[in-house]
Amino acid sequence: MLIQQLANGIAVGSVYALISLGLTMVYGILRILHVAHAGIYALGAYVGWFSFRLTGEFWFSLFIGMAGSALAGYLVERFLYSPLLHLPRIAPLIVSIGLFTAMEEAFRIVAGPHTLTYNAKIGIGNLSLGSFQLTETQLLILLVTFLILIILWVVLSRTRTGLAMRACAMDAETASSFGVNVKAIVAVNFLIGSAMAGAAGVLIGVYDNQVWPTMGSIPAYKALAIVVLGGLGNIPGTVLASFVVGMAETFFIGILAIPFPRDAVAFVAMILVLMFKPYGLLGRG
Amino acid sequence: MISGYLITILITITIYAMLAHSLNIITGRAGQISLGHSAFFGIGAYTSALFYTRAELSFWISVPLGTIVAGMVGALLGIPCLRVRDDFLAITTMGIVFVVEAVFLYLPFFGGAMGIGGIDLPKWLGREMTKPEYFILIFIVLILLLLLDRRLERSWLGLAWSSIREDEVAAGAMGVDIVRFKVIAFILGSAIAGLAGGFYAHFLTFIMPQNFGFGQSIVILCMVVFGGIGTRWGPIVGAIILGILPEISRPIMEYRTFLYGLLLVAMMRFQPGGLLGEESVLPRVFRRIGSSLRKSGED
Repeated sequence: MLIQQLANGIAVGSVYALISLGLTMVYGILRILHVAHAGIYALGAYVGWFSFRLTGEFWFSLFIGMAGSALAGYLVERFLYSPLLHLPRIAPLIVSIGLFTAMEEAFRIVAGPHTLTYNAKIGIGNLSLGSFQLTETQLLILLVTFLILIILWVVLSRTRTGLAMRACAMDAETASSFGVNVKAIVAVNFLIGSAMAGAAGVLIGVYDNQVWPTMGSIPAYKALAIVVLGGLGNIPGTVLASFVVGMAETFFIGILAIPFPRDAVAFVAMILVLMFKPYGLLGRG
Repeated sequence: MISGYLITILITITIYAMLAHSLNIITGRAGQISLGHSAFFGIGAYTSALFYTRAELSFWISVPLGTIVAGMVGALLGIPCLRVRDDFLAITTMGIVFVVEAVFLYLPFFGGAMGIGGIDLPKWLGREMTKPEYFILIFIVLILLLLLDRRLERSWLGLAWSSIREDEVAAGAMGVDIVRFKVIAFILGSAIAGLAGGFYAHFLTFIMPQNFGFGQSIVILCMVVFGGIGTRWGPIVGAIILGILPEISRPIMEYRTFLYGLLLVAMMRFQPGGLLGEESVLPRVFRRIGSSLRKSGED
């Protein structure tokens, strides 16, 4: 029972990590609270669902979902955020909130208000070790997240692009004076972050077997709480915070059965942590 | 005679104007982003409703009590919030809404999902107030608040706020007690939001947790930003426009929220100072009209 809940917590935490990482990367480099990131996540789910309907190939639809999200993220950066960077922080925040609202409505208008079923055949099978069981979709989430995290880690720590990304996150101006093309790095950040959000969208679509217009509204704000919990802009902190929140939700609500809304757990955790560590779990002031 | 429909819209807009004005104190004057304003709106409404229905106090006592409680909670939550930097502040205040809404929704004391009913319009002259009278009451309160705002802007408090807003580090170096003035802004803004909440509860006659969710916070923030953050009349204009918009856009109901989102994006993208803010078209047009009128008067 306990181990079973642990598995659920890790699966939930993995999806949170995929969504939150993009946010934290965007924040690290542009200092924008990218609320519309959750719209990109839902878009990934819709694009994935649509391409699955056309081809019936799950892995192909996962790829197309990621690509669609990456493209959308890039366009948002290029045409909405970059002209606003010289303004007070509240301007891009409002744009982001407005865009997110418009995206949710666009999904409803285009694809209809009802939920769509994403009944994909993945073909990796369940995993059972004695009484411990991982369903096929849980296994899928763990595998894909693990793979993406490894790729991200390799890119960030082993390639020149990754070095430039880290340099820009520390100090974009200085990085630019050393010959780093900051604009290109910002674009790469958005492409990678949005692709991860798209993957999360497809995975949740398959896991819950549904895609719906407002599927992004809870992740939109919960992911922000997670990102703050991890110390805004801090990548390892964000991964840690994602799993902490995923576990906390599963344990407090699932096992202790506290009559408290699941979605407020992240915010309670965030407020408690910020009281003692104003810069998050792994943040440095 | 003014129709009931019109008076309902007028009252709603006045309450929204009060809310936008109160957020403007925190965000416009003192420069602190708050995404949690609907929580204080809700605290005022619930406090007032509970005192009215359970303790059976009159409107004239329960609404001021709601104002005071909202202000106190604002101080309580403001202090830890203000320890954190600007973007942390935005998300922490957002967290407050979710937690406060959850408390209203899950504690039976607050009526749960059913909310609280049986809150009436205030009584005076031995009978219940009519809606037009109620509108006049809250309209007068709004005018008083705006007069107070003009006083404050020219006081030391207003000066301290603008110094913090423009450059916090420099203000601190000049000896401005930053935390104190930020907390004052938080208390004042929250208290006025609580007052608006009390008026709202007595107008709607029943309240539910959903009335005070995160979406409401965003609506209030949009009014402030739309009209012109930090200006006195901007939030009021924002409240009027965004209050009327849902009414005149009934024929395109289906696309309303979609257009609302796009409008926000377009507004920030092309007119980031808001309608009445600096570098906006409208004040320039007004000034030109004003100066040409003066010129024609001289001729």
